[in-house]
Amino acid sequence: MSRPFRAKLRLARSLATVADPPVRRYGGLKDQDRIFTNVYCRHDHGLKGAQSRGDWHRTKDILLKGDAWIIQTIKDSGLRGRGGAGFPSGLKWSFMNKPGWEKDPRPRYLVVNADEGEPGTCKDREILRGDPHKLVEGCLVAGRAMNATAAYIYIRGEFYQEASHVQQAINEAYAAGLIGKDACGSGYSFDVYLHRGAGAYICGEETALIESLEGKQGKPRLKPPFPADVGLFGCPTTVANVETVAVAPTICRRGGSWFASFGRDRNQGTKLFCISGHVNNPCVVEEEMSIPLKELLEKHCGGIRGGWDNLLGIIPGGSSVPVIPKDTCAEVLMDFDSLKDAQTGLGTGAVIVMDKSTDMIAAIARFAHFYKHESCGQCTPCREGTTWMMNMMDRMLEGRSHSREIDMLLELRCALPPSPNRLTLMRRPRYSKQIEGRTICALGDAAAWPIQGLMRHFRPLVEQRIADYRALNGPVAFGGQSVRDINDEFAVPDNLGARLPEVGAPVRL
Amino acid sequence: MCKTANILNDTKEIAFEFDAENIKRANEVIARYPPQYKKAAVIPLLDLGQRQNKGWTSISVMNYVAKLLDMPPMRVYEVATFYTMFNREPIGQNFVQVCTTTPCMLRGSTDILNACLEQAGGIKPGQTSKDGKFTVVEVECQGACSNAPMIVVGDDFYEDLTPATTKKILDAFAKGQKPKPGPQSGRLTSENSAGLTNLTGKPYGPGEFCTPEFQ
Repeated sequence: MSRPFRAKLRLARSLATVADPPVRRYGGLKDQDRIFTNVYCRHDHGLKGAQSRGDWHRTKDILLKGDAWIIQTIKDSGLRGRGGAGFPSGLKWSFMNKPGWEKDPRPRYLVVNADEGEPGTCKDREILRGDPHKLVEGCLVAGRAMNATAAYIYIRGEFYQEASHVQQAINEAYAAGLIGKDACGSGYSFDVYLHRGAGAYICGEETALIESLEGKQGKPRLKPPFPADVGLFGCPTTVANVETVAVAPTICRRGGSWFASFGRDRNQGTKLFCISGHVNNPCVVEEEMSIPLKELLEKHCGGIRGGWDNLLGIIPGGSSVPVIPKDTCAEVLMDFDSLKDAQTGLGTGAVIVMDKSTDMIAAIARFAHFYKHESCGQCTPCREGTTWMMNMMDRMLEGRSHSREIDMLLELRCALPPSPNRLTLMRRPRYSKQIEGRTICALGDAAAWPIQGLMRHFRPLVEQRIADYRALNGPVAFGGQSVRDINDEFAVPDNLGARLPEVGAPVRL
Repeated sequence: MCKTANILNDTKEIAFEFDAENIKRANEVIARYPPQYKKAAVIPLLDLGQRQNKGWTSISVMNYVAKLLDMPPMRVYEVATFYTMFNREPIGQNFVQVCTTTPCMLRGSTDILNACLEQAGGIKPGQTSKDGKFTVVEVECQGACSNAPMIVVGDDFYEDLTPATTKKILDAFAKGQKPKPGPQSGRLTSENSAGLTNLTGKPYGPGEFCTPEFQ
């Protein structure tokens, strides 16, 4: 180590007693810093209205800055994917520009994932119908960054009105020469197409979305090859969420450091949060990242129905992340890292609030039904496992179960450090049990997380329900059969637990 | 997710062809995809076909789309049975989809579902009413969770419902009217219903707050 540097180091140490910087509070985003200024559809969503709100302002200059500049700006802004996985966007877009990409004669695609289907999530819908030009302009800017030739916007089929707004925006942009040949007069050619889906949650997974866009069943593909090498129509492709793409032009115009000034380190920016469930006034709102969950609910949603003390638990990021109990809710910040530390996740920023009137087991059992319905059926562990989980959850809802089955249910999906990355797969180490890590995509994994959250924080509730049922109807064997009904005259499998010695039998409290 | 259907009156003999307007639309859709990947248009074309065929995808619709896109018919059947929005059975005049996933369930979608079923004459989910006016189905999350509970009639979302407003809407449909879609509680979209908490002023204009080179 060189001398001057050591001296510097010592100097720094000697000053370590200086008071800590003041604690920064997050939240309280001003209207002037909100990117989506027409979330509530109060203004014209057409081209004229969009231009009066600053869209398409000097887009040509952004395009002329070139791919490296756009990607660097996005990297500086600290933007992480808004679709649930939180992968750094600048890095993801740079995968498209591998050395020698110019020699590849294939077309290159940007695919925008507007197949918003995660229960609790309704943020992209507001962008699609209120600010469609932000998305179309975002396609152009993000497309320029990854040197794409065209963008496909995949909108879920149920969003009919939203799709018509986006189609209107695309038509207007073509007519005004903003996209198409020589987009914005920059000499860069770029097409934007709309594609409507037909109702399948699994198409929110990036490779399933590509399959669906190619006119096949939406069944995820094995990776590698990754879409950046072989994606849509066999060409290099990047799939990105609506919100991620739509914020790009504003970040380019206002600077990466402006966006990075919001939220905690590594969780920067602003984010659309959609709050549903038992709050007084559910709403969709753009706020600063790292806003405390409690503040978000009290400032924008009029607080919990019946006051904060009436809160039971909150699912902070859509159906695929585990629930957190009231005490944790008061402490967490709405960002990737804080929620990860609380053993849950930011997901899509969909906050589902449940007050004390909620039957938590019923709420989670309904998610099990959802995943059973939406499993595409390609991988056996997921197809069969989601059905098993649904059946077990239904039995636990009435209490017709054995208390040891709770652990069996968890073993089916295994307890692991939660990483709620619905839309990424094979990016994290595989923890193998019965289903997790044994399927092509993360739907099977995602189906397990709400149940893990339930058992982590509300296990006594489930045990109580089982004990109550047992007190009324007698013991239950594994699989839900009443022990009373088992006739020992016939051959009975000995793995039903029916004749187990009563070790740790549930006690009615 | 897949449903197979064996409908007695769904035979290949009932012919189906796009009308002139849909042919034009279909060609527009096909032009969006590379020529060698024409089959990418299968989902939009099936959707067009279903709309023209009174809301359901018959075997002739699928065969016609297969012929139009040079696809083996089986590939089209696979797609049509995989996606939930393709009805493989005839439906009533009004297709009512009630969202019952957790966020809606928390806000009382069970009552909404019951109100719909009752209004359609005491049918069960998935059935069509005797007068053929309503088909009521339960569906998974429709992506309007901040406006829960909600139903979809045809293509339109009806949000912020109570059993009373649900009945009112379905009554209007039964009379052949079309009530105004969107939240039924008086709010415009998904803002705080007690008054705006943000975006209260005039939105900022072009170049405002941008870095100097983009002003």
